[in-house]
Amino acid sequence: MDNSQAAPVLELKGVSKSFGAVVALRNADLALRAGSIHAVVGENGAGKSTLVKIMAGLYQRDTGTFEMDGAPVHFRTTAEAKDAGVAVIYQEPTLFPDLSVTENVFMGRQPVSRFGRIDKAAMRTEVVGLMERLGVRIDPGRPCEGLSIADQQIIEIAKAISLDARVLIMDEPTAALSGVEVDRLFAVARSLRDEGRALMFISHRFDEVFSLCDTVTVMRDGTYISTDAIADTSVAEIVRRMVGRDVNELFPKQAAEIGRPLLEVTGLTEPGVFSDISFTVRSGEIVALAGLVGAGRSEVARAVFGVDPYTTGSVVVDGKPLPRRKPSAAMKQGIALVPEDRRKQGLVIDATVASNITDAIRPTLTTFGLVTARRENAEAQIWARKLEVKTAALDAVAGTLSGGNQQKVVLAKWLAANPKVLIIDEPTRGIDVGTKSEVHRMMSELAGMGLAILMISSELPEVLGMADRVLVMHEGRITADIPRAEATPESVMFAATHDKEDVA
Amino acid sequence: MTTVAAPPAPGVLSRLGSLARSRETGIFLAFALVVAATTVKNPQFLFSGDGWRDLLLTPAIVAVVAIGQAVVIITRSVDLSVGSIVGLTAYLVGSLFVAVPGFPIPLVFLVGIAFGSLLGLVNGALVAFGRVPAMVITLGTLYAYRGINVVWTGSNRINASDMPRDFLALGTQQVLTIPVITILAVAILAMVGWYMANTRGGREFYAIGSDPDAAELYGLAKTKRVLIAFVASGAASGLGGVLFAARYGTINSQVGDGFELQAIGAAVIGGVAIVGGSGTVLGAVFGAYLLLTINRALPVLGIPDFWQRAVVGALIIGAIILDRVLANRQAKRLMEDRSAA
Repeated sequence: MDNSQAAPVLELKGVSKSFGAVVALRNADLALRAGSIHAVVGENGAGKSTLVKIMAGLYQRDTGTFEMDGAPVHFRTTAEAKDAGVAVIYQEPTLFPDLSVTENVFMGRQPVSRFGRIDKAAMRTEVVGLMERLGVRIDPGRPCEGLSIADQQIIEIAKAISLDARVLIMDEPTAALSGVEVDRLFAVARSLRDEGRALMFISHRFDEVFSLCDTVTVMRDGTYISTDAIADTSVAEIVRRMVGRDVNELFPKQAAEIGRPLLEVTGLTEPGVFSDISFTVRSGEIVALAGLVGAGRSEVARAVFGVDPYTTGSVVVDGKPLPRRKPSAAMKQGIALVPEDRRKQGLVIDATVASNITDAIRPTLTTFGLVTARRENAEAQIWARKLEVKTAALDAVAGTLSGGNQQKVVLAKWLAANPKVLIIDEPTRGIDVGTKSEVHRMMSELAGMGLAILMISSELPEVLGMADRVLVMHEGRITADIPRAEATPESVMFAATHDKEDVA
Repeated sequence: MTTVAAPPAPGVLSRLGSLARSRETGIFLAFALVVAATTVKNPQFLFSGDGWRDLLLTPAIVAVVAIGQAVVIITRSVDLSVGSIVGLTAYLVGSLFVAVPGFPIPLVFLVGIAFGSLLGLVNGALVAFGRVPAMVITLGTLYAYRGINVVWTGSNRINASDMPRDFLALGTQQVLTIPVITILAVAILAMVGWYMANTRGGREFYAIGSDPDAAELYGLAKTKRVLIAFVASGAASGLGGVLFAARYGTINSQVGDGFELQAIGAAVIGGVAIVGGSGTVLGAVFGAYLLLTINRALPVLGIPDFWQRAVVGALIIGAIILDRVLANRQAKRLMEDRSAA
């Protein structure tokens, strides 16, 4: 069957989308054909989700053409996209937990008889038929609450079939599924393809892409890169296209003396989140924790710091064991955590710069239990100057600073506490290029001062430029520990998308 | 997974089973228990003309307001302004009779409902378009509507003698011993209950309350639904105001004060989850009957005034804890069902 000759059911050409100054999607092309499963791959932030949301009617494109069956379309709402036959299955299905499976399948388009009365019997009959066809046992009358992600996806698919969608888009549907569930999903996907529907499949797992799909489109940094038939390409080729960019654009880490181990994590496990995580970070060392979003990196960091629980394993800081679930003990023993979402978790956004900087050391600044502005300012001054926080005055509100300067305030807050171990989650997310290199330089200096730094980052250039060692996580496990000399975009990306057995 | 037995359609037995387990049945039994206990202590509570009438009549007005409130809560909002709407409408009705003696009674009902709807529309528009939490908006309109009422009424008062006798008779009239106001409440309950259970619009209220983000992805008209819910609540409160005027005959600027808490309490006790998405208007009406009957029963049972309020408080907290426990149990059971399948 040669699908490339058939006219595409859905076609995007030169589609762009910006949010303010940030370009999320640039000149994207995509053609989905009937009877085909089309994979879209790319790193985090490559623009895949933006593309999906444009097709689903959640976002409006800025430029470019969008056609279905050769006729231009313009979806302003999800309802319009649905009416045109485009159904989207998100990674986290969005169902109504209080309503029954049947109601979820039909919500918004229930069959009605006289007086607008919903025909519940007809709905139930159709859902029973759909479940039978999909080969699953789910009671149509039960509420959706308590269903596994896999079952919820099946309900989303049932919904798509019942509205006779011609285009079915699956955004990382397998991320939360077990092996058996993936097989079941793929069987359903193949049967839908054989019925002549067009499917689009987003995944980070190349084995899945190669076993399920017939065409693959690669995206990178919001830009369309290439489209090939699966038969004409290889994993290595696709990885190369996904990461292919200049890695030398960043401030490299300065050499620092590597000293004694300051953070030792052994066998950390929390069922369903991460398992058997072991690593050591030494004084003067920057260790990157790389991997795709959802691999469990932030969860590990939060568990080490004591915000999240873990069932087995141990954390040792500078030779002393750390109790679990006690962030205050972690701080006392010298760990600092700079969270990913700095506006929400790292800063008191409505408080002044000075009070933010002294947040972590406030108890030491008190006289008879009272904090005076003078002492606070004196202490804050030291750190604000050291980190070159650009703010008019220390009493400026933190929320008014730029992203880069906010990040410096968060760093200053923790450095004032004089930590031994710094865990920093996505240090330069949302920071402009100029300030980025400043943050990198600071991290490098801190390592030089003898801190042990664990850096979580989704940006490959940052990982490769800054880290002495790269730990790669995939689905809750560490799949590779790559020294600086051997770390390449390809080796990191490969470990991030494969199970441990494949990598070893 | 190869052989799939279609689950049997719900039969009569399983329907009876779920009826026995339902929250509405539980509340009704609690209501029956309170009535029985009080009647044992004082047979007049049930077995006298007045006792029987009061039992059915007293909670009816709050029940009507609670029906509207339940619709709003099911969509994951709350309407704190219902008491003020009841008061303002009641005074409007009284003033209408003062200004135009002999004003047709059916038209008074229409005016009251329309006026209540208008006030509800203001709430709904502010919540739906302003994207401000309903709690804040309706707290504001609670005071604003009451303020208008106070300015308008002053120290004035409308008395029974200002209103037509036929209208006041509605407040006490009975058909086959059932008060007319109660019949009206039941009719509204049947209408709204049917709508909520059996129509697209009704089910969309539940969907929006269950998960507003999912409702967005489903392409449901969220703004419109929220607006309708508040208009419905306003209309119910407007009707409540008219009924109040007919029932009590005396209207000052404080009519309906505290109704909002009774209506919300009734809905919550009746199993309408405060976070939206579940519960029925029937439950809210049973909740209203339980709440107000307990209020009347406690003095008969000889419980001091202070404890009466505490009992009502305990009832509301108990209902919420019960909700939590039942929800957790159900979640666990559903999870087990799934892994057993």
